[in-house]
Amino acid sequence: MMFAVAAVAILAALALATARALLGPTVFDRALAGNSIGTGAILLLAVFGFMTGRPEFLDIGILYALLNVIGTLAVLKFFRYGDLSHAGEEPAD
Amino acid sequence: MAAVVDIAVAVLLAIGSLFYVVGAVGLVRMPDVFTRLHAASVMETLGAGSLLLGMMIAGGWSLDTAKLAIILGILLYTGPIATHALARAALTAGVEPILAEDRTKPRKTNKTRKTKKGGKSSKR
Repeated sequence: MMFAVAAVAILAALALATARALLGPTVFDRALAGNSIGTGAILLLAVFGFMTGRPEFLDIGILYALLNVIGTLAVLKFFRYGDLSHAGEEPAD
Repeated sequence: MAAVVDIAVAVLLAIGSLFYVVGAVGLVRMPDVFTRLHAASVMETLGAGSLLLGMMIAGGWSLDTAKLAIILGILLYTGPIATHALARAALTAGVEPILAEDRTKPRKTNKTRKTKKGGKSSKR
């Protein structure tokens, strides 16, 4: 019961973050919303595993947590330099 | 003893859900990128922390608690990194924060604050 309430709250937060990802005026708003959606997906996996008595989903949650930050940094680097193989010096604009 | 554990789990899950929804509302309602980062960090620290702590207490001493602790550690370690990178990238790309003196004038909607491509990108 408590896990169902938490799952509904996380789903509502995911809907609001999706709204920000669709509305966001700059690309950074969208990247921030994507990061929040990733965190919400991890929490939803954990809560859903506890709710149905199958906590095996936690392994997928660990994987998502590791991928989430790398995805955010990759998106930011792509939108700054234009490609992902850039060494990191100043952009030549 | 089981009742105490149940009450602790329920309280932690309620606190986590509350902060998570409040942070998501802030993510929609806040006026610019930097204040939205502030709202999202509430979601990632207090909201996710309380939810995971509640599930750790519900799981007891088991492998699931260890996995939840790993997830909590990863989230607490990488969340500030992603937030810092986002704020720095937005600042170097020329997104200007809404300052206190801007708020005395009639407030513009954030639709006029597009990213200026290459505007200040060479300035650290």
